[in-house]
Amino acid sequence: MTMTHSSRNSSSFALPKPAPLLTGAGWGAFLLALIVVCAVAPALNLLVPADSALHLSDYAVALVGKIMCYAIVALAMDLIWGYTGILSLGHGLFFALGGYVMGMYLMRQIGRDGNYKSDLPDFMVFLDWKALPWHWALSDSFVATLLLIVLVPGLVALVFGFFAFRSRIKGVYFSIITQAMTFAAMLLFFRNETGFGGNNGFTDFKRILGLPIATPSMRMTLFVLTGLTLLGFFLMARWLIRSKFGRVLQAIRDAESRVMFSGYNPLPYKLTIWTLSAVMCGVAGALYVPQVGIINPSEMSTAASIEMAVWAAVGGRATLIGPVIGAFIVNGAKSWLTVTAPEFWLYFLGALFIAVTLYLPHGVVGLVKKIREGGAK
Amino acid sequence: MLTRFLLLLAAVLTSLQAHALEPALAQALAAGDTDARIEALAKATANPDDKTVALIQALADDAVKIKAGDKSVQVWLLRDGKGIDPATGTESAVPDDAEDVINNNRMRAELDAALAGLKLLSPDEKLRREALKTLEAETDEARLPLIEKALAGESVASLKEQLTLVRARILLGSSDRAKRLEAARLLGDSHNANTKTVLVERLKDEADPEVKGAIQVSLQKIEASLVWSDRLGALFSGISLGSILLLVALGLAITYGLMGVINMAHGELMMIGAYATYVVQGLFQKYLPGAFDWYLLAAVPVSFAASALMGAVLERSVLRFLYGRPLETLLATWGISLMLMQLVRSVFGAQNVGVENPSWMSGGVVLMGNLQLPWNRIIIIAFAAAVLLAMAFLIGKTRLGLFVRGVTQNRPIASCMGVNTARIDTYAFALGSGIAGLAGCALSQVGNVGPDLGQGYIVDSFMVVVLGGVGQLAGTVYAALGLGILNKFLEGIAGAVLAKIAVLVFIIVFIQKRPQGIFAMKGRSAEA
Repeated sequence: MTMTHSSRNSSSFALPKPAPLLTGAGWGAFLLALIVVCAVAPALNLLVPADSALHLSDYAVALVGKIMCYAIVALAMDLIWGYTGILSLGHGLFFALGGYVMGMYLMRQIGRDGNYKSDLPDFMVFLDWKALPWHWALSDSFVATLLLIVLVPGLVALVFGFFAFRSRIKGVYFSIITQAMTFAAMLLFFRNETGFGGNNGFTDFKRILGLPIATPSMRMTLFVLTGLTLLGFFLMARWLIRSKFGRVLQAIRDAESRVMFSGYNPLPYKLTIWTLSAVMCGVAGALYVPQVGIINPSEMSTAASIEMAVWAAVGGRATLIGPVIGAFIVNGAKSWLTVTAPEFWLYFLGALFIAVTLYLPHGVVGLVKKIREGGAK
Repeated sequence: MLTRFLLLLAAVLTSLQAHALEPALAQALAAGDTDARIEALAKATANPDDKTVALIQALADDAVKIKAGDKSVQVWLLRDGKGIDPATGTESAVPDDAEDVINNNRMRAELDAALAGLKLLSPDEKLRREALKTLEAETDEARLPLIEKALAGESVASLKEQLTLVRARILLGSSDRAKRLEAARLLGDSHNANTKTVLVERLKDEADPEVKGAIQVSLQKIEASLVWSDRLGALFSGISLGSILLLVALGLAITYGLMGVINMAHGELMMIGAYATYVVQGLFQKYLPGAFDWYLLAAVPVSFAASALMGAVLERSVLRFLYGRPLETLLATWGISLMLMQLVRSVFGAQNVGVENPSWMSGGVVLMGNLQLPWNRIIIIAFAAAVLLAMAFLIGKTRLGLFVRGVTQNRPIASCMGVNTARIDTYAFALGSGIAGLAGCALSQVGNVGPDLGQGYIVDSFMVVVLGGVGQLAGTVYAALGLGILNKFLEGIAGAVLAKIAVLVFIIVFIQKRPQGIFAMKGRSAEA
């Protein structure tokens, strides 16, 4: 390790003025996105007749709704990886935890309409269980479900993060033990005895808040909710990273030892952003499950978590807008390629991983910026 | 399926005084709640005719439909798409609104056990042996008549012995004191862990002092014979698992431990080694069928070369540009692993391919009555030890090893001394990859060979390297064997999945305490 001498002419040292929350053009784009999500998309889907060229198909609504959930995850990934330099391979777990909490509520909403006409969810009847296990106690209350969606991933992240960051586990070590944690959780959820439906997970949902779940208006409601959540989280992230807190995070990413030598304890900073990131994933998972109609342990597979990292990397780390764009590019390509050329998809994804790390360290956003700057010269 | 049915039929026809299947019984078997159906099943299997057997087989195969009428339930068997009345055996049309019979897990287990019981009477010795295996843990008194009948007709000595034990185990629950006493004494000769559980269970409920005494004597006898074979068995499977982990982790110990490359494609390099073994096997089958038994010896160098070559290509084309950026390497190698998996799928198909053990690897050494050590596991342990020694020699004693160590410790100085560091990187990565290929070759002898082969090991192998301490061969060895043995001992207590979870949690906690692994590198740098 080499020593570098920093300049000491700090007599008139002051922080540069923080950038505005969003620039004028930024606010314009934000409002446009808000209008598209809340008014244009619902109108095109529900009001325009199906045979019109302007009609937005149900398939497109479902697909974009799903990808917006992924975009929330990518945003969460960007906060922890792009801005704090901690690569988590465990975000699939938090996503799945939020999804499972929501799934439990939706399973209870099925009521006696399952295949076995029982009060218990079908898979429990199949296992010959007579009563709900303890961890299903709060699952019939929607309010409790909303709370648990935040609390369960948040608490898991808080406890895990506290021990990991306190021991100053960082870099690749941290990535590998988050991977181990997610793998262990996946094995646990695969067991029938754990009480989460084993490898089939939860599916066949019928209602949410007593309303049927498979109607166009419910689909649109969930779509708008997801869009609003994504935009809300985006603003929050933007506010967060330009605050002093966000600056410390970026300093930790760039030179953690120097942050410590300057008198900061990185633990609370890392822990806060890690927990927040996990909660965002949990919320995304909870929005994802009613739209997709299924949750099972494969969401916790190693592959799923690593794919989340690539969304952020493709769009451009530490740019906020980049990961959202990345989630749309990768998942758009996925749903297109897995239909038209399924055997080609893994080649594409693999090549994307390699190309982004080798040639696009700043992602698509970095590429656009570079081209623009090159053109301005 | 058809042969299975015919064998069952033949088995049952040997018993002449069978009752005919009555419609009421057929209804009770197919409809109603689970408890009542299980009761009916016990009644039906006590003395079955061929129609009863056909119905039970059909129930287990989900080929029965029912329709509830006003008073009774109508039942149909489905055979070749046509409905058949189970009691008369005549064809009858199935109405469209007839429902499938749904079996829950418990019912399914009972049906399987009932079928196994019926197989006991088959003239085919292999089928009887199979059936006995299923019935080993059986304690239901309703199956006693069947087992006694089988015992009376049994001629093979070893099967007779097993049947006696099964009978004794069932008799242990009998209400007749003399029978219980006899059973308790008989069971003392068993070397089986299941028998012990049954005896312990019985001991709790037993009121009669004499029977109690007999059970305790038998228990002691069994325990004495079990304790050592149990411990040895767990130790052996632990070492066996450890040796596989070691083979997998040794390659990583070079690429990750020495070079700092997070190679998520390590599992896929193993897969390439396993497929290379498969290809060599195919070539031998085609061109040298006489020497087929020795194909494995040829497969060892081939799998090493195939994976090493792939590793060298990867290092030259991708990894070279990512040194010093571990997180980026992780993503890039993950991308490589996806492409390699898809490549293998395109070339060899998505299904698992069959790799056979050569004849000298099948069978095993039998120790202490009921402990069997399979040859393929023993050979893999020896193989892992050999690879370890070869690698220790290569790294510690050869010129290449010296260069690798030099480049790892101080790249600029090594370069000043005239070492071509770029070339050494390629060699070292190829060596690590080649060892992954050897691991794949070994794995092909004990597990399935398919495109996903590597995925199952990637988490485990990183755990071993991280636990052992980065850059430490000795640490890797201890960690691999330690994790293997720990895993197998926990499996004995808590079952496979919980044991695995416990091991992962243990590693996560351990790393909190010792972030540098068991054997930390000594040094003064503030950050590793």
